[in-house]
Amino acid sequence: MEILNKLLTYLIVFAVGGAFCLVAQILIIKTKLTPARILVIFLVAGIALEAVGAFRYIKEFAKAGATIPIVGFGAALAKGAIEMARSVGFVGAFAGGLVNTAFGIGVAVVASFVVTLIFSPKSK
Amino acid sequence: MEKTATQLRNERYSKYVDAVSPQTSAVKSLLHSFVLGGITCVIAQIVNDLFALAMPATEKEMIATFTLMTMVTVAIFLTGLGVFDKLARFGGAGLFLPITGFANAISSASMEFKAEGLIFGTSTKMFSVVGPVVVNGVVWSTLAGIIHLIIFGRIM
Repeated sequence: MEILNKLLTYLIVFAVGGAFCLVAQILIIKTKLTPARILVIFLVAGIALEAVGAFRYIKEFAKAGATIPIVGFGAALAKGAIEMARSVGFVGAFAGGLVNTAFGIGVAVVASFVVTLIFSPKSK
Repeated sequence: MEKTATQLRNERYSKYVDAVSPQTSAVKSLLHSFVLGGITCVIAQIVNDLFALAMPATEKEMIATFTLMTMVTVAIFLTGLGVFDKLARFGGAGLFLPITGFANAISSASMEFKAEGLIFGTSTKMFSVVGPVVVNGVVWSTLAGIIHLIIFGRIM
């Protein structure tokens, strides 16, 4: 039973995560938006979902399927900003988003720097 | 109104581009991005579960953070090895919409400008691709925080 539940979870993660990417790919094909723009659209959608309180339920349902796409990054930004605004007041809104996502951004910057030192770009 | 020569040329050019660019079938690319996006998320979930097994005392939020950091680091090293670009060409949005794409965008920009030096190349250009994501993220999340405070909370 335990195993079956686990498998079902993975199936949901797969389906929801895949569905986000499917929508993005449809946008690429149909509208010819640049990838950067699509990332921003999904990011702002994540912020909006978190702000209205809907993302909590999506996250409970889909777990990594919701948090790993950039939508989850947006939701983490909004969550941090809202929580910090509530705990330290008005000024917290400016810091909270970055504080909550600093782990990801920080490791991305440091790892990129290290990788740049180690590897040279491959010629195409 | 008469079309200018430039407009006509541009039209001809875009028709030419459409004609010579490789026609990947739309259905196939949709399937690829669905499957690869799903697989990326499942891998993250498995990593998450392994962390939870290894560190049962740690908070759920912290475990999710570790997972995110692991995914980002792995994606960046795959970019360095040149593997990520090959996968991304195959997987389309399936690889760049998850956080792995964010990581790839930072590291590939940083590597691309290595030749111009570590300060003025790498450090300057590192956020040239993901800049919009970070800027919009901070602006709109701040707005969300302030609006939330106005509606539900007390000011100061």
